[in-house]
Amino acid sequence: MSNREPVGVVLVSHSAQVAEAVAELARALAGGGTSVPVAAAGGTEDGGLGTSADLIAAAAASVDRGAGVAVLADLGSAVLTVKALLAEGDELPDTARLVDAPFVEGAVAAVVTSAAGADLDAVEAAAGEAYTYRKV
Amino acid sequence: MLDTDFFRRWMTVTAASVDREADRLTALDSPIGDADHGSNLRRGFTAVTAALEEESPETPGAVLTLAGRRLISTVGGASGPLYGTLLRRTGKALGDAAEVDERLFAEALRAGVDAVMQLGGAAPGDKTMIDALVPAVDRLADGFGAARSAAEQGAEATTPMLARKGRASYLGERSIGHQDPGATSSALLIAALAEAEGK
Repeated sequence: MSNREPVGVVLVSHSAQVAEAVAELARALAGGGTSVPVAAAGGTEDGGLGTSADLIAAAAASVDRGAGVAVLADLGSAVLTVKALLAEGDELPDTARLVDAPFVEGAVAAVVTSAAGADLDAVEAAAGEAYTYRKV
Repeated sequence: MLDTDFFRRWMTVTAASVDREADRLTALDSPIGDADHGSNLRRGFTAVTAALEEESPETPGAVLTLAGRRLISTVGGASGPLYGTLLRRTGKALGDAAEVDERLFAEALRAGVDAVMQLGGAAPGDKTMIDALVPAVDRLADGFGAARSAAEQGAEATTPMLARKGRASYLGERSIGHQDPGATSSALLIAALAEAEGK
């Protein structure tokens, strides 16, 4: 199970810092030194707050090892831009999928699950399950 | 019949009116949004105008799919994927004909509006661009002037609505009493059809 290529994870946020920090957190909680490709696509290309279709496409291409790409987005234009790119058909890898999950908890679950050698369906399910972790 | 030049004019006229109205769009976006609608759309349509000059698309469908692609790439806010999807889907529905008649255009624009509703999950009455676009498409058979009036009335009718989508929806009842910026810019897009026809 663990000798297959890992599922890639893309984190899309309005903020470059949020996307980078969540990527760093998820990698660390997956045991550091993980081989899971994780890419942050935060903010606009000029460093402002917002969403960049080109950064998302580049991030997805950079983590595609052929086993699928799970894309997590924070809100509003981040979600809509990913959906619009997926609808275009040729902008993201064929196996890229927008995963419906809370951004931080879902990212951790996705990276940890991918690091365990799971396939894209299992990564998506684990990320989505993060919605059910109640805190109170 | 509507030819490629008409669709180019539609985009350049839209770019000019977005540029002219950018401050008003941003002002509308200040109480209920994040005060970037005018500047975001101005950046997007400026890029559309530049792309149309560089790439010289040769059919109506190619003009709109290129414009939509540029908007998705350059706007940076939710209006990018929403307007981008509107124009791309409309352009794809036009196919590769060198000219299209008004009836085919009306059908294509309806397909574009349907795609926007699917992407954003908004329905009429949610205080979004849909509230200007749906009435406009419904009146398109009566000409671009009628569609323009319907879009402008639809945008004005968003003022008493409660926002159910996007950032404004976080405000709940405090969103009431403000005209929706997306519906307002959609009315500009539809008004540009009438203006492009007259040129």
